[in-house]
Formats: sequence, structure tokens, C-alpha cells
Amino acid sequence: MANQPSMSRALARRENIAGYLFMLPSLIFFVGFVVIPMVLCVYTSFFDSNMNQNTPDVFIGFANYAELWKDPVFIKALKNTFIIVFVSVPVVCIFSLWVASAIYRMKDSIMSLFRIIFYLPVVTGSVAVTVVWKWIYNNYYGVLNYLLKGMGVIDQNINWLGDQRFALWGIIIILLTTSVGQPIVLYVSALGNVDATLVEAAEVDGASDLQSFWKIRWPLIMPTTLYILVITTINSFQCFALIQLLTSGGPNYATETVMYYIYYTAFKLYRFGYGNAMGVILAIFIGLLSAVQFRLAKET
Amino acid sequence: MNTGVKKITAYKVLSIILLIIFAILFAFPLYWILTGALKTPAAINAASPEWFPHEFTLRNFQVLFTKRSAPLYELPIPFTKLKVVGATVPAAVRWLVNTVFMAVMAMVLTCITAAAAGYALAKKRFRGRYLIFSLIVAAMALPKQVILIPLIREISSLGLYDNIWAVIFPTVGWPFGVFLMKQFSEGIPGEMLEAARIDGASELRTFTSVVVPIIKPGIGALAIFTFINSWNDYFMQLIMLTSNANLTISLGIATMQAENSTDYGLIMAGAALASVPIIIVFLLFQKYFTQGITMGAVKG
Repeated sequence: MANQPSMSRALARRENIAGYLFMLPSLIFFVGFVVIPMVLCVYTSFFDSNMNQNTPDVFIGFANYAELWKDPVFIKALKNTFIIVFVSVPVVCIFSLWVASAIYRMKDSIMSLFRIIFYLPVVTGSVAVTVVWKWIYNNYYGVLNYLLKGMGVIDQNINWLGDQRFALWGIIIILLTTSVGQPIVLYVSALGNVDATLVEAAEVDGASDLQSFWKIRWPLIMPTTLYILVITTINSFQCFALIQLLTSGGPNYATETVMYYIYYTAFKLYRFGYGNAMGVILAIFIGLLSAVQFRLAKET
Repeated sequence: MNTGVKKITAYKVLSIILLIIFAILFAFPLYWILTGALKTPAAINAASPEWFPHEFTLRNFQVLFTKRSAPLYELPIPFTKLKVVGATVPAAVRWLVNTVFMAVMAMVLTCITAAAAGYALAKKRFRGRYLIFSLIVAAMALPKQVILIPLIREISSLGLYDNIWAVIFPTVGWPFGVFLMKQFSEGIPGEMLEAARIDGASELRTFTSVVVPIIKPGIGALAIFTFINSWNDYFMQLIMLTSNANLTISLGIATMQAENSTDYGLIMAGAALASVPIIIVFLLFQKYFTQGITMGAVKG
């Protein structure tokens, strides 16, 4: 079909109509619940808008955006969000690549056992994972303090989530455990797809394990790495349940993130326009970061 | 040569030991939920943790099931304000019913709409398909949360706020499924479609009897993926659902932990109830799930 230089007009019409009809159910949901809210998000960000739908929104131009940069909580939230992203993205990538290369040549049953274990925190669900970590981190009954004291690392109980110095790191550790599952699955399958004869040929030529990894496997799994970078970045930006359930952004905004602040602005302060402006800024940052990652990946 | 072999083995042994340590750390939270759910209050608050419960109790589940109650189901009678109300049961049971209903509905609707749309995008040469596809890819790169404020207003004006459909519709609209199904549909041989057309099969008939059987593995992967994701999509549930009888299990547990933040036994029982069903589903269908994750990325 694709090779025919010109389809007959009747056929082209049929293709058009059929195409639209098959698209229609999906488009209704996609446009209705994704595209329209996105457009409205940008639109409302230029208004002073609140929950009350009876009072009309007032157009205020870029005032919401201007206010953002003077809002110390937003700046703090932005800073924390970037710390989370810049710590978790490389750690997730390196850790999952390490796990995947350690397990992908194992026996199928053992390999999938490991894969399942590292995926468990994702399937368990954010609420269940969060509440158990709350207990693990607990000042008095938590396992963490007990273990660290037993090993002599600390000599006094630490209130991990209530202490400004540790709270954000406590969150990042939980985030890491819930982020590596998918990358490991992806890397295992990518490494498994690398043509074995290429690696063997290199080894016959006297390449070391490390050399054959960097020269052959690494370039071949680059698309996977790129995909993992992008999804992990998006995931880390979205870190929300952990913060909402564990710290509510505290203590003293030490764990405030943009995502949580948007939620707080919309549902506690009812400032929809201001929250939308934050959403737009967040989307721009994510877009920029993804673009940079694509560029970097293309160059290497 | 000899030393080289030794080096490899030493490195291998070390990496396997590390791998096992990490696996234990990753499995620990789930183990702690399951054992914690069965521990007595004394064991929960013991200064030195009981690594394995000395005494098993169902007390936590008893408290969980008696704390709140709700009708098993409520079905509105169309065109009236009346409802058919089921027997009163523990609220946690109702939450499970809600969650299963939500996940199944999201799964069925997503599979039907995405299979049709993915097929159209891959095989139908209709106008505007490139535009639609780029929109889908762009939307996938954005965090869902960015659109939450406009979405909630839209849902309220549709009269769906605090209704389980408010969570289902946006899940169906999320375009990942369409993207995945397009990848699978690319593999349908054009000759088969051509043959069906020459035989005079209608478009719908071609879809159901030629296309669907070929992309079945893809639909399976998408089904399990959607089911698990929607079960665990705490954020969407949190912003859309408020009244006791309408909560999902994750949301119910989150609410309970806010009210009884120190009764870790009770909270672990709730966490177990929220996570065990979905973990079982995951283990049963893990093969399809893995396939879905990797397929989404291959050409992504």
C-alpha cells in the first residue's frame, strides 16, 4: 500500500474516515482530560484565579510569574527539586546499569528473581512504601536508628525526617528505591539485545571486559540510557507522595519541592493562577532538561 | 591470562555479594509491612525491633476493619436522585471494591481506545496523523501533576468531583497507551490488511479479526501496566476523591495514617491490604509487564 505512488481518491477518503473513527474514542479522552487542561494551565497562569467559580478571574499578565521569583518558598522549593533531580538521576542510572550488567547473564530464573525484587518497591505503591519508611525512620521505634546505633555510626537517636540536615536526604533515599525498578528492566533487555558475536569478536581480539563494555555495549545501549535519563528526570520532578505523607515540605521548608508547593498553593491557599504559573515553569524546566539530555546523548 | 581469570572471579564474587545485600535492602520494606501487620502493639513499639515476630496477632486487621464502615456499593438510579445502597461493611472493604472497579475500568477503556488509536496511527494514512502523534509524544514528556489545577476545575464543572470516574477518565486520556500500541501495530504486515480489504471485510471487521489477534501480546502488556499504575496512582486519587465511601485503598490508608500516626501496627495492616493484591497481580503477569515496559522504550 505504501509503495503505490498515488492512492485512488476513494481509497484515500476511506483511509481518512477510518483513521479518524479509530482515533476518535482515544482523542476524546486525550483532548478532554490532557490537552484542554494543559492549554487552560497556561491560560490561567495569566489570571488572578481562585477556587470560587462565581467570581470572574482577573487578567494580570505576567504578575504571577514575577511574584514567583520573589517568593522565598518557591525559590527554596526549586532548589530542593533540583537537588533531588541532580542526585537521583545519575545514581539511578549508574546503579541500575550496574545491577543489570551483573544479572543479565545469569540463569533466567535467578535473573528474574532479582528483577522482581528491585521492582517490588514500585509495585508496592507509594502510600504503602511511604508509611513503612516513616516507621523505619521513626525517632524512637525506627529500625534505622537501632541499626546505626548498634554499629556505632551514631550515638544518639536522630529524628531523620524532623531534622533540617537529614530530611531531604531521607526523602531522596526512598525515592531512589522506588526509581530503579524500571531502569533495571530496561537495561537488562537492552544488554540482552546486544549482538553476542560483536562482543566475542572483540574478546578474541584481546579486548578486556571493561574495554568491550565501553567500546561495544555502551554505545549500543545509548538509546536506552537516554530514555532512562528522561523518565527518571520526569519521575524525580514529580516526587510528591513521599513529601505529602512524610514531611509536608517541612521542617522549615527543608523538603519543599515545586510539585508539593503547587499542590499546597492550589489546595490550601486556593490560588489557582499562581499554582498554574508554577506548573508552567516546572514544565519548561523539564522540557529544557530533556532537550539538554538529548543533545548530550547525541554528541557522545 | 591466569591472573586475569582470577580477577574476574574476585570481581564477580564481590558484585554478587553486593547484589544480595542490595536485594535484601530492597525487599526489607515489604517484609517489614507484612510482619508489622501481624505484630502485637508491644512488639511494634519495642526498643529493639523483633526481626521476626515472636507472636502473631490479627489485632491490627480487626482494628482496621472496625474503625470505619461504609456501604458495600451505591448505584444511582438513572434520572432520579435515588440510589441502591448495599449492606454496610468495613470501609476498607469498600475501598478495595472502589480500587478494583477503578483499575479494571481504567484498564478496559485504555486498552480499547489505545488499541484502536495505535492501529490508526501506525497503519491508517489519514491527514493530521503526524500532528496528533507529536502532540502525544510531547504530552508524555510532561508531568501529569502540572495539569492538576485545570483538571480539577474541569472535573467539577462536569459534576464528577469526588466520583471514581474522575480518576478513571484522566487515566484513560494519558497517551502512553496509544504510544505503546502504535509501536506494536507497526509490526502488522501490510499484506494481511490488504488481503482483508480485497476480501471485502469492513474496517471494523479487519480491526477485530486481523489486527487485534496480532497485537494481543501488546494489549496484554498494556492491560497489566495500566491496572498496576492506576491502582497506585495516589496523586490523582488524592485530589479527586474526598468522602469516606469514595476513597481508594491507598487513599484510605493515607487518611488513616494521618489520624492514627503512631499506631504502626494498624497502618502496616492497611499497607499490607493495599499492596498485597497488586503484588500478586504483578507476580502473575510479570512477563507481560516487563514486555510492556521494554516495548514502550525500544523506539522511544
